[in-house]
Amino acid sequence: MTRSFPGVLANDKISFTIAPGEIHALLGENGAGKSTLVKMIYGILKPDAGEIRWNGEVVDIPNPAYARSLGIAMVFQHFSLFDSLSVLENIVLGIDSRDTSNLRSQIAEISERYGLSLDPDRHVYTLSVGERQRIEIIRCLLQNPKLLVMDEPTSVLTPQEVEKLFQTLQRLAQEGLSILYISHKLNEIKTLCQRATILREGRVVDAVKIESETVSSLASKMMGKELVESASSTVSTTGDVRMRIDNLSLPAKDEFGIPLREISMEVRAGEILGIAGVAGNGQDELLEAISGELLSNRPEDISISGKHCGQMNPNQRRMLGLASIPEERLGHGSVPGMSLEENGLLTAFMRLGLLSQGFIKTEACKEFTRKVIQRFEVKATDVKSPAVSLSGGNLQKFIVGREITQSPELLVVSQPTWGVDAGATQIIREGLRDMARKGAAVVVISQDLDELVQISDRLGAICGGAVSQFYPTESLSIEEIGLLMAGAKLDLENQNVA
Amino acid sequence: MVFVSPLIALVLTLLAGVVLFSVMGVNPQAALYAFFIEPLTSKYGWGELGVKATPLILIGVALSIGFRSGVWNIGAEGQLTLGAICGGGIALLFYDTEAFFVLPLMVVCGILGGMLWAAIPAWLRTSFNANEILTSLMLTYVATLLLSLLVHGPWRDPDGFNFPESRIFSDSATLPIILSGTRLHMGWVFALAFVAAAWVMLARTIIGFQVKVVGEAPAAARYAGFSVNKMIWFSLLLGGGAAGLAGLVEVSGPIGQLLPTVSPGYGFTAIIVAFVGRLHPVGVLFAGLLMALSYLGGESAQISMNLPLAVTGVFQGLLLFFLLGCDVLIQYRVVTRTLISKRAH
Repeated sequence: MTRSFPGVLANDKISFTIAPGEIHALLGENGAGKSTLVKMIYGILKPDAGEIRWNGEVVDIPNPAYARSLGIAMVFQHFSLFDSLSVLENIVLGIDSRDTSNLRSQIAEISERYGLSLDPDRHVYTLSVGERQRIEIIRCLLQNPKLLVMDEPTSVLTPQEVEKLFQTLQRLAQEGLSILYISHKLNEIKTLCQRATILREGRVVDAVKIESETVSSLASKMMGKELVESASSTVSTTGDVRMRIDNLSLPAKDEFGIPLREISMEVRAGEILGIAGVAGNGQDELLEAISGELLSNRPEDISISGKHCGQMNPNQRRMLGLASIPEERLGHGSVPGMSLEENGLLTAFMRLGLLSQGFIKTEACKEFTRKVIQRFEVKATDVKSPAVSLSGGNLQKFIVGREITQSPELLVVSQPTWGVDAGATQIIREGLRDMARKGAAVVVISQDLDELVQISDRLGAICGGAVSQFYPTESLSIEEIGLLMAGAKLDLENQNVA
Repeated sequence: MVFVSPLIALVLTLLAGVVLFSVMGVNPQAALYAFFIEPLTSKYGWGELGVKATPLILIGVALSIGFRSGVWNIGAEGQLTLGAICGGGIALLFYDTEAFFVLPLMVVCGILGGMLWAAIPAWLRTSFNANEILTSLMLTYVATLLLSLLVHGPWRDPDGFNFPESRIFSDSATLPIILSGTRLHMGWVFALAFVAAAWVMLARTIIGFQVKVVGEAPAAARYAGFSVNKMIWFSLLLGGGAAGLAGLVEVSGPIGQLLPTVSPGYGFTAIIVAFVGRLHPVGVLFAGLLMALSYLGGESAQISMNLPLAVTGVFQGLLLFFLLGCDVLIQYRVVTRTLISKRAH
């Protein structure tokens, strides 16, 4: 299959096969061409050249409906569910067949058979992300597919939920379903898949049997170079308290929001504090409460460098030394249609004094933007390029760079490397670590456990809007982190429970 | 493509005009000449173009700033009316006073009147999240009825044979003419200055930057520390102030007194002007002139061809219709159901 977009050859003569009952990995970094390939298989994109053979016959797949009629089903990374409707209603909306009379019993049957427990009458907004994913999977299985495509399905799950999902997938494969599993998480592929097709820069670089590979051999094939594990940043001495949150509670913004519950924590100069958690457990709300986008009820709820700032606006907090980076890059961390220069101005105008009498100092603004682009190796033609024209990784480098270049004393960042390729990930993590080394306090909110374990000094988790205690990272096992993410309390001292 | 769209729309409007006139049994060539060319064959005609374009540009520029920030002030017509009432009220109050301060005071009161009227939807929106499209539109009807009440009652000219009209304003309450032999008045200068100021504001200042960020990405605006509520107040007060000035300019310029109706829908037409002008101050300048021509053309076609005055509204509507159509069809493609199923097999 070959497919090009203006300026890029996204897929260059890619070939692979998948057999009935096989779990086949499509492995590659972000931007390697996995999504393009899958979209052609599911009929969302048309290939420029190449053919798909389905049970030996050449097929032309013009749209997803036709793909489904062949028996190809897909679970997307981002779910398409209506929060305010029930599970059953969501499933009815998502299937092509008009006959929905015995749907309830079919759902029950599938749920039971594959261990996908789900109450058809629950409303979607009451469900965890793992349960929402089950709706999508059941919706696919109702169509009796022969091939199930799963796009990064575990990025939103706890370790325990991942294990459950894998059991389901293995059960399905035993019954003859082919599963195309897209991921860049090597451990998962190692445990789940039989064969892997490895993509890099739009080409197949290798097709391997998993049993004859190790995690690191897969990694070097995926990235084209040996993976340099950078050392953890354990700091011997930590400094003063930079930020203290004291019993912060906030009601939910709307009926689908998460309230923050009695959060207390502190972060010191020179340390990286990690907050794990499954998506949608109050991460956004916590970040916005710290950044000043949400105001808390009492000024003393949050203090930065000793100053109560619970009711200060974002720019007053920036003047206290805070920088924040939200999870959503386009539309929250940056304005998509605006140039990098304007996006640089967006958060830097107060701290760097880019204004004079309300007029924008264009030259100073350009210079700042150029500095960010250069220091963080952002691939952009110039400061006038709109943010939306940058790839995810490049834009994230720009946003992280924009905040770090303002030399804040406290940085709070959500999902710093989500959907970012390995090269950019390394630059971003190095930038965060460097800040901590220079004496800033860093809070990293992330769903990527490997990342948190790798970079944070102390680790805790957020669940249902409440934040757990924090423990030194090296003292926690993955299972214990999983428990924290599920809201359980750890009993590390083995105290007796009376 | 953004700038081509209005031109395509204009060509389509003209073509539709040809079809329309042919169906009505009118010679399209003569009708289009009477509508678009004849009004501009004299110096007086060009002056009139400026007179009609002045309120459209004043309001259009302010509305385009509001639309860019995502604030949908549809009630400029009402704010214009309040500007006429408040500014005109000053003229009637100082009817016997010959003094230099009367006109500036009228200008200030006209602006404040428009702002006051726009402050109501702003308050309702920021306090109760009431949709400003509805509230500002409904307040328009209140405003026109209020004006009607005043000129039928307390402000009726005592020597006016019971016609529902106010006294004719004194000289010191009338805007000076800037081009002799025409009715082109100081308001035109206000409009040009406003275009320039808005342009600089949008391109160079942090306020203009806020307008764009709030409109394009509200979440990013909150992140940057820009208050959405402040932007709602700013946009509505700016729109109300500009519309109020436009209303004052109308009554102390070409009209010269208060009438039950002081505007042929400038406040609504300015919405079209803002979009045809691509929400850019300079674009609005040209779009305002084009729309002004449609008013003149309607009158000219009525006089020389006996065509109904409704032609003006038809042309304005056609232009907006084609513009919106072009904007959509330039970005999207029409796919029919039969085509989808054909491609599936």
